[in-house]
Formats: sequence, C-alpha cells, structure tokens
Amino acid sequence: MIKRRKFFEAWFKALGLSALALAVGTLVLLFGALLIDGIGRLDWQFLTSFPSRHASQAGILPAVVGSTLVMLVTACVGIPIGVAAAIYLEEYARRTWLTELIEVTVTNLAGVPSIIFGLLALGLFVYMLGLGSSILTAGLTLALLILPVVIVTTREAIRAIPVQIREAAFALGATRWQTVADHVLPYSASGILTGIILALSRAIGETAPIVTVGALTFIAFLPPSPMTDQPPYLSFEWLMSPFTVMPIQMFAWVSRPGEDFAANAAAAGLLLVGMTLAMNGLAIYVRYRMRKRVSW
Amino acid sequence: MALPVDSAYTDSAGRGDWPKPLKAETCELSFYYGTRLVLKRVSVPIAECNITALIGPSGCGKSTFLRCFNRMHDLYPGTRYEGAIVLYPDSRNILDRGVDPIEVRMRLAMVFQKPNPFPKSVYENVAYGLRVRGIRDRRVIDEKVEQALRSAALWEEVKDRLSALGTSLSGGQQQRLCIARALATDPELLLLDEPTSALDPIATASIEELLQDLKRRVTILIVTHNMQQAARISDWTAFMYLGELVEFGPTKRLFTTPAKKQTEDYITGRFG
Repeated sequence: MIKRRKFFEAWFKALGLSALALAVGTLVLLFGALLIDGIGRLDWQFLTSFPSRHASQAGILPAVVGSTLVMLVTACVGIPIGVAAAIYLEEYARRTWLTELIEVTVTNLAGVPSIIFGLLALGLFVYMLGLGSSILTAGLTLALLILPVVIVTTREAIRAIPVQIREAAFALGATRWQTVADHVLPYSASGILTGIILALSRAIGETAPIVTVGALTFIAFLPPSPMTDQPPYLSFEWLMSPFTVMPIQMFAWVSRPGEDFAANAAAAGLLLVGMTLAMNGLAIYVRYRMRKRVSW
Repeated sequence: MALPVDSAYTDSAGRGDWPKPLKAETCELSFYYGTRLVLKRVSVPIAECNITALIGPSGCGKSTFLRCFNRMHDLYPGTRYEGAIVLYPDSRNILDRGVDPIEVRMRLAMVFQKPNPFPKSVYENVAYGLRVRGIRDRRVIDEKVEQALRSAALWEEVKDRLSALGTSLSGGQQQRLCIARALATDPELLLLDEPTSALDPIATASIEELLQDLKRRVTILIVTHNMQQAARISDWTAFMYLGELVEFGPTKRLFTTPAKKQTEDYITGRFG
C-alpha cells in the first residue's frame, strides 16, 4: 500500500521535473540559437548605423531611438493614468454595481489581444484625432495596452497595506488624500514600480499594434532632437515624427532572403531580449531594495 | 433630542455617584452596521482627567463604542449612528450632521489594539499629527516630538535613534510610540482600544503606569478585555453586554459591590 503511494509520488515528481525541463530547455535553446546567430553582428557599427541594402552596413539606431521615445510617451501617459485610476478604485470609490463593472472590465482588458488595441488606435488616434503614424500615436497605443496591467498591479500593491495603517493616519486627522500621499503610495511604491517595469517590458516587445498604426520598416533618419539651440530649447516635434521600433526592424530583416540579414535579425532580437531581461532584473532589484525598508 | 447637559440622572444603582466635571458623555448612543443594531442606547459619562474603563466579554460592542468617538465608522459604508456624543466644555454633539469627522479626529486621539506605527522614522511617526495640521516650523515640531516622547516614557530609549524605523522597535516600545504619536497633538480625550492585549506583562505594566501619569493632563477612555487591568487603573468603569450598558459606576464600588447580578457574574468570572 505504502509502496504504491510512494511509487505514485516518484512518478509525479518525474513528471513535474520533465515538464519543467521542457519549458526551461526550450527557452535556453531559443536563446542559445539567437546568441550564436546574432552575437557576431552585435557591435558598435550595428548599434549606430541606419538600415541599409547591404546587410553588413545595416544598423539598428533608428529602431533603438524609436523604441526609447515610444516607451517614453507610453510611460508618461500610461503610468499616471493607471496609478490614479487604481488609487481611485481602491481608496475613494464606493462599492456599487458601477465600480464592480469597471473592475471586471479592467481585468478583462488585460486579456484582450494587442492587435485589437492597434485597431482601436488606428481609428481613434490616426484618423479621428489626426495624429498620423507618429511616435505619439504609438506611445498612446501602448499606454492603452499597459493601462489594465498597471491598474491591476497597483491595486494589488495598495491592497497589501494593512487597514490599521490607514486607520492610524485617519485617527490623526488626515484626509483621504493625505493618507494616500503620505502613507499608501510610499509604502506600496515597490509593488507599483515592479508592476510598471513589467508592463513596460511587455510593451517594448509589442509588434502587432505598432504595425497596425503604421510604423515604417525602413527608415534612414532620426526623429528631430528634443533639444534645440534656440529658446525655449525644448522641442516636441519628435512626437509627430515617423518611426520604427526594434521588433518591427527585426521582423523586416527576418522576412528578407539571405543569411546576412538573418544574422542582423538575430542581433536585434538579442538586444531586445537583453533589454527586457534588464528591465525585469531592475524590477526584482527595486522590489528587493524597497521591501527591506517597509514592513509592518 | 434633548441633551442632558447638567445631568440630573443618577447611576444605574440610583446612588448618585455620577462623575463631575465631564469631558464628554454619550446620550442614548445607538449604532448600526447595516441593519444590525450593535449598540443599544448607551449613555456613559466620561469624567475629565479620569480614566474610564469599558469592560465586557468580546463582541459586546465596547470597541465599536470607542470608535464612535472619533467617527472611525464613517470610513466604512453602511454604518449609522443615533443619539449623541457630547464633548465639553463646548457641549458639541460630534455626531451632528454638520460636524466634519476630521474636525472630531483633530480633537481626540486614538491608540489601537495592535501597535501600528508607520514604517517611517520614530521622529516622523510622532510628528505626523502635527504635519497633518499644517505645522511646518522645524523648532516647534522638534519640541513637540520630544515632549510627546517624554510623556510616553519613551524618550530615554529612543533619543539616540530618532531616525530609526518605528517598526524596528520592540512591541511595548511600538505601543508607547503610538501613544506618543497620539499625544503630540494635545488631544482633549485619549481613546485606547485594548492597548496592552498584544503586549507581554512587563510592557503592559509600563503602559499602565504611564496611563496613571497621563491622566493628570488628559481624559482617558480605555477599552479592556482584562478586568484586573480595569480594576487597577481606572476611576470609573462601564460594564457592557450584548451592546447594552449594564452598569456604570466608580471602579472601586463596581468591583466590590456591583448593583446588578450580571455584573457580579462577570467580574467573578462566572461568564464571559
């Protein structure tokens, strides 16, 4: 009897282990192949050049700049709105059927395929608002995409704060806003930040919605610089500039015939994976650092 | 409803040992969670610069009663008060529609069952009430913080580590930090909700001693689970059962010659 149960236990253990090996193995294999193909192309010339007909002279500069600027817009729009919405839902909103509905909708939005967001953006930003196929459009689209993720993770981080802490603040005569600004936000900052970074690292790899709003695949110039030599020294012309982003550049290279372009694609992929991993690593570090300080 | 400002009624035994002067008083205070009646027309006087203890078995509504005083229930939906809580000397009913709960909380202070310091420095914990009130002057805050920490008998232990996290102190120290935080704003009435139930006997003794010291300046209303504690530290005791006030009187009298059979049963340990 016991033997049979032990046998079952060992069997399940083996099953679990092989499932894990399969998952990790695939990942390692994928990353390894990317590394072997791409590492040779990943040099300074590649990082600082524009795309070219000749694979060996092509580079990823516009895509890196494009990705960075799009992420900047996404962060500036998506984070404040997402965090504010989460605070409202958690701290201010009364429980009614309306807030219940909003909650369900937000959670479901996180599961909507990203290309749907692209379609929405094409209709709304590109045509209705006339923003064109610009960095601004792409940034806003991705901001919409990460909004549900930011809201959900922020709410979870806020909910982790014990009610006793809030009551302590209220008992001292604090208003709701003072409680939020002085206690709720600072204590949940690590959780919120982790959610934000993870959301951004997902957004940076998004391709479908960006293609839908009309990103270029071959671009030989950079957006106008945000700094100018005339007052007021700041320019927002770059917002309306055409652009490309890294996953699209990668896709453009993959779809070309020839070994050399495949190497370029692998190198671009390597860079993208590296950036995503770096962002995830940052998220883990931030959480670790801030968790140490806040406890109750 | 008419507020018995100059109280003509006597205690439940009819002996007339009613405290004076009063700092506050509840008049037929009822409280509902949704449709559930949790407090049933409770009238208790709170004597100025005395310690008034609320005793009773768990679930009798004593914490609910205490939390009415700083309108803590307003934070949650579906709660309702009836009756009045009058604060003296201005005879203001703090349950009045026109009274902002924040205004009430500015006058009173509360210490909770479980020590709940903010995960900020010791200094910031004590200073928070002042910051909420818009005080920015560094010297004023410094002075108030030291004063409050001295009043809470914590100054000597933390004066060299005011920038340490409040949560890094021991349990008893944390609770005294919470008392200091409550005292920093010079409250008229200090509410304590079983402040020693999470502490060991030594920390409990130090807090009881502290309360004896504090009552010279502050009126104290304390909920306690522990009858011995009520007998040791309070001047007046109210015994509650199932949301009703069973008996109120001077602590000494209530514990030696209770007027009601129920009170006697409870304090002799026959139930509860």
